[in-house]
Amino acid sequence: MSLSNKALQLDDEQRLLHFLTIDGLDRSILTEILDTAEGFTGVSERTIKKVPLCRGKVVANLFFENSTRTRTTFELAAKRLSADVLNLNISASATSKGETLLDTLRNLEAMHVDMFIVRHATSGAAHFIAQHADPGVGVINAGDGRHAHPTQAMLDMFTIRRHKGEFVGLRVAIVGDILHSRVARSQILALNTLGVSEVRVVAPQTLLPSDARSLGVHVYHDFDEGIRDVDVIIMLRLQKERMRGALLPSEHEYFSLYGLTERRLALAKPDAIVMHPGPINRGVEMDSKVADGSKSVILQQVSYGIAIRMAIISMVIGTQNLRTQEAAV
Amino acid sequence: MKKKKKDITIRNGRVVDPGNGIDEVTDLHLSAGKILALGQTPENFQPLLEIDATDQIVCPGLIDLTVNLREPGNEHKATIASETACAARNGITTLCCTPDTLPVIDTPAVVGQIRHKARKAGYCRLLPQGALTKNLDGTHLSEMAALKAAGCIAVTNCYTPLANTLVQRRAMEYASTFNLLTIIRPEDQYLCNNGCAHEGKVADRLGLPGIPEAAETVAVARDLALAETTGAVIHFHALSSASAARTMAWAKREGRKVSADVAIHQLHLTELDLEGFDSNRHVRPPLRTDSDRDGLRKAVAENVIQAICSDHQPHEADAKSSPLPDTEPGISGLDTLLPLTLKLVEQEVMDLSSAIARLTCGPADILGLPLGRLTPGYAADICIYDPNRQWHVSAEQIHSAGKNTPFTGWEMPGRVTHTLLKGRLVFREETL
Repeated sequence: MSLSNKALQLDDEQRLLHFLTIDGLDRSILTEILDTAEGFTGVSERTIKKVPLCRGKVVANLFFENSTRTRTTFELAAKRLSADVLNLNISASATSKGETLLDTLRNLEAMHVDMFIVRHATSGAAHFIAQHADPGVGVINAGDGRHAHPTQAMLDMFTIRRHKGEFVGLRVAIVGDILHSRVARSQILALNTLGVSEVRVVAPQTLLPSDARSLGVHVYHDFDEGIRDVDVIIMLRLQKERMRGALLPSEHEYFSLYGLTERRLALAKPDAIVMHPGPINRGVEMDSKVADGSKSVILQQVSYGIAIRMAIISMVIGTQNLRTQEAAV
Repeated sequence: MKKKKKDITIRNGRVVDPGNGIDEVTDLHLSAGKILALGQTPENFQPLLEIDATDQIVCPGLIDLTVNLREPGNEHKATIASETACAARNGITTLCCTPDTLPVIDTPAVVGQIRHKARKAGYCRLLPQGALTKNLDGTHLSEMAALKAAGCIAVTNCYTPLANTLVQRRAMEYASTFNLLTIIRPEDQYLCNNGCAHEGKVADRLGLPGIPEAAETVAVARDLALAETTGAVIHFHALSSASAARTMAWAKREGRKVSADVAIHQLHLTELDLEGFDSNRHVRPPLRTDSDRDGLRKAVAENVIQAICSDHQPHEADAKSSPLPDTEPGISGLDTLLPLTLKLVEQEVMDLSSAIARLTCGPADILGLPLGRLTPGYAADICIYDPNRQWHVSAEQIHSAGKNTPFTGWEMPGRVTHTLLKGRLVFREETL
């Protein structure tokens, strides 16, 4: 029997057991994550960049799909919490020899790992692992298929809050390949949960989900219209391989219609910020002048990513610790 | 008169035989493996066995138009013996098995092997569907005349529908030469695009690759047009959309030689059941919307869809132990076919007679076989069930080798107590 996202992610005391998706989490939990991350932003600036919150814990980075940026920030986050970190490039090892995901999981559990940070090419993979993991093991979704990338969404929320203060009243435009984007799905859920006024998605019909409005967004095909008077512009990476799948005719046409240029940026609010989860395709998604311009907060997103991931890891490990203590009493 | 070994009387049951318009409490007499008479005991008839069916329903043995028994080739999932025994426990006396075995059912030798195993097991009448194209390759026509001679009741390319419309046309024409029913699972492969869920709001939110409703409706429209051109008799298996059901209603009004069935789970589950990524709900065609489910229910109630099948797909546990898109699609459906159909009666979707019809005379008429009715002279295939028995679905209550059901925990109406195949008891509940 499947559990609701809320039942799977939160215990009876509404503490975070796993972090798999924004879906089912309410504003108070998301705000708690952001507030906790605030407390961790200073750690990176200290001489000794560590706090002892997760000392003695073992965190395994299970990356079934290649990643540099996300894996590195998770690794740094766990290390700054004083956890021991295992980096497992699973795609090059067990599963390529035919081992099932469940067997891989069981083997790692036998090594007494306390947390799995999972990236997988299949939607629902993190849910699957959370449903089958030992009760004492926390699972964090580092991106599964097209489904969710909730820590990326939270670091984006953190970036927005740092620059805009409040979510209420903001207009946010997400531009690009919404259809295949786990980042966009999580961002939309987070933005709506945190109470922004309007979430817009801007893309050609081929890069939109079939029923995009049901996600809680306003749909724009015209970039100029979609960007007008927005406070935040989130550009998504366009996977170039999509252009061969009868989804788009050419990079040239995509950039002419959906590339962010200085001219277009002028249509947004004067204090608008520009975000991108990276890596950027310069000249396809945005002009270099915009990517490197004063409104770009792209590099800040990366550094905030460590604080957000520290917050989430520490909250999940904290819940596991409390439950262990409660069970012992 | 000397008592004959196979002479049986089923006493005092509520006999529901929609094919003959019968619904009354009466006796049923069987002799020499056939239906002898209904009602008063024939003169000099002295049955060797009497079955007391008081407070029970007596109906024709159920006919399941589409099941995959996994043998030959995938015996780690299920076998002909295990699944025909399961069918017998659930009142099903005729199974039509799909040709996507290893090897594919595209030669008389494979047909012979399968029928031999079914006869040896002895639980159920097994009618194989033959492959429409050799090795289901979608390119070369199978030897349909030989397949028919060997005992195939229909031809199909089952879960790999033909992409090439010219081959589809030729296959229909060739099948019609031998009066072979062509069974089509309507699906446009290109529109499916490796999807695993209905393209809609749930798949959008869960990030599951979608299969649009158009993948089915395009195929239905295409194959109706080809059937019109070729004169072939076609049957659509496992419709999943209200739109396809409406097209079927139109086709029937037009007098087209076409029929359709629906898998029972499509009448109960929807895309919303995919929340939580339960791989037991991963099916092809995918679970669609509330309105699709309601449209299918309406079509079944109005006899636009004449048969309900299990679309039985037993799997070993490993086949479902992965994230949903990576799992094999399909539900183990034999154990829940009758109860879930009876649930439609509880939910007032249709009356009992219509529900039983979709499992008996409806599929028999699609196959053009003298089955599914309690007509004197017909094979004495009988299902007796207790309508007042409720039970909960659990692994222990699933008798198929495949335990992959999304209905675990559901309360089900109706428990089969006896099944007779050609007048022989192939299942009798041990508690009686």
